[in-house]
Amino acid sequence: MSDSKRNLITGPGINLDGNDVDTDRIIPARYLRCVTFDDLGEHAFEDDRAQLKAAGQRHAFDDPERTQARVLLVDRNFGCGSSREHAPQALMRWKSGIAAIIGESFAEIFFGNCVALGIPCVTATQDEINKLKGVVAKDNKLQVTVDLNELRASAGSVSIPLSIPDGARKQLATGRWDSSAELLEGSGETAKRAKELPYFAHWRA
Amino acid sequence: MGKNLYDKVFEKHAVRKLDSGQYQLLMGLHLIHEVTSPQAFSMIRERKLSVPYPERTFATCDHIIPTHNQLRPFKDDLAEQMLIELEKNCAEYGIRYLSPKSGEQGIVHVVGPELGLTQPGMTVCCGDSHTSTHGAFGAIAFGIGTTQVRDVLATQTLAMGKLKVRRIEVNGKLLPGVYAKDVALYIIQQLGVQGGVGYAYEFAGDVFDRFSMEERMTVCNMSIEGGARCGYVNPDATTYAYLKGRDYSPQGAAWDGAVKYWDSIRSDSDAHFDDVVKIKAEDIEPMVTWGITPAQSTAVSSPLPAADSFSEQDRPLIEEAYQYMGFAQRAPLKGQKIDVAFIGSCTNGRFSDFEEVVKYLRQSGKKVQAGVRALVVPGSQKVRERLIEAGYDKVFTEAGFEFREAGCSMCLAMNPDKLVGRELCASSSNRNFKGRQGSPTGRTLLMSPVMVAAAAVSGTVADAREVFAIQN
Repeated sequence: MSDSKRNLITGPGINLDGNDVDTDRIIPARYLRCVTFDDLGEHAFEDDRAQLKAAGQRHAFDDPERTQARVLLVDRNFGCGSSREHAPQALMRWKSGIAAIIGESFAEIFFGNCVALGIPCVTATQDEINKLKGVVAKDNKLQVTVDLNELRASAGSVSIPLSIPDGARKQLATGRWDSSAELLEGSGETAKRAKELPYFAHWRA
Repeated sequence: MGKNLYDKVFEKHAVRKLDSGQYQLLMGLHLIHEVTSPQAFSMIRERKLSVPYPERTFATCDHIIPTHNQLRPFKDDLAEQMLIELEKNCAEYGIRYLSPKSGEQGIVHVVGPELGLTQPGMTVCCGDSHTSTHGAFGAIAFGIGTTQVRDVLATQTLAMGKLKVRRIEVNGKLLPGVYAKDVALYIIQQLGVQGGVGYAYEFAGDVFDRFSMEERMTVCNMSIEGGARCGYVNPDATTYAYLKGRDYSPQGAAWDGAVKYWDSIRSDSDAHFDDVVKIKAEDIEPMVTWGITPAQSTAVSSPLPAADSFSEQDRPLIEEAYQYMGFAQRAPLKGQKIDVAFIGSCTNGRFSDFEEVVKYLRQSGKKVQAGVRALVVPGSQKVRERLIEAGYDKVFTEAGFEFREAGCSMCLAMNPDKLVGRELCASSSNRNFKGRQGSPTGRTLLMSPVMVAAAAVSGTVADAREVFAIQN
């Protein structure tokens, strides 16, 4: 299980500014017309990117210097809206693959989807994130390290404290974020609990 | 101190505590649709897993199904392929599929309650964030991702932490022309789109006690827009009257036992809550969103807010919203020309939503303004059938609305119903995100079905109380 541990993630950073970035923006719904997740990476933030381009600006995900990025830095309530796992799937399949996200806060379902894919979403205060964003903005090769044991993120001269609910931290750090095996281990107890619920057999005793 | 419904239902479904400190939680009802399930079944096959409780999973198709012409094969090859996958997966694993041919197809959050599948004291999950809708019955109902759909198929359980519970009481009497949708939008405006993160919402108070099940569903549906993964109303006589006699409701002698169970999971009168919010019903007016999150809303009679009335942290998003929508700060939204009117979705696509609109269309005799594309999309085949039986389809078509087949339609841009360019849509759906309705630059104004109808017949954003002379 050692290769599934997500206790230490290192890679170049990429900054994405803005609160309440919803999953429709991360991956527009038209790309959900698919039966595999394979081709989602290239469409991450597609509409936002096109609109900024049309306005003569550039989206972070269009920066040719940032294609090696592994650690995404965001603001408040990232991933709100739809439960589509296609959103983290698109991020982990974009270029080098986003492997960790640091933000002020995350939407609940998005956070859970990320855990299920082995992507830590860790939180820090706005001030601390801005410090990290500051050094990342200046150097596209600067390595950002997310340490789930020490609960710190560091890059160059900046080191900030991180938070993540302890259950998720343990799952990720010990490599047990893929919960299928553990849930299957409980199948005997599951069957017992199901029998105790009056409705489970459609109210037939 | 007593327990609340969330804690009681959670305890009854907790199989065991996991090493991570989370719980293995049994899922009483699992609903699936064509968008978020195919990859889950692929994973089941890859890992050679089985589906041990197929009788607790039900499938429907809603997101990609066209509402204009549902003849197979669909014109869109991708949509056709998704439906074929769903049919194949359901057949292979013995899952009941509420197909268009069955007459029971519709939006997953409309058909679950309609068939009596959704019941009090259950855990309900679906790969769809608006699963919170089912909380209206006193169920703990929430959206999950596709990997979790895999886990539920393979084990009927999920690894989950416990949420805190916030009780939101709305007391008093709603003003004429104010609906459940306005209550939902008002709560989100007051608490913000991330106010509910980490919480389950218990909706209570006079207003919820008086609400019908369909009204309760509208508010619970939008819990997730306020950041709360689930929202519920305690089950009561209204709930039981709704459930009685439905296909999957307990029958005969089992009914009394069921009511006993349902009563037992209600929040105790001295239940603990992590937070309590009280709202005066009289403070709520007909609401309209003006921005790109469901919290960016205003009473229809008020001018749009000034960006500098928001905190410094919120201001960039407010400015981004004004820029995207092309509206001016402090200007009235009333009178803004609309291009499209959409009545439907898992928020407001039920019989009573349409019936209320029909009442005012009949009373006023008003017609959809020339140049406005107006769509009525029933949430399920059964809703559609009832509307036709009541003759309401004719009221809509005579007033200039298109009366469509059941599906998610223009809520989310995965089927042919889409906005074009920068079109502005008065919509009874739940999300006004950028590009949500299918055009990357399309614009959405969320409001109640009656407000959508008022906009459709006025050709502009309008106050339904004035357009339809709504009094008491």
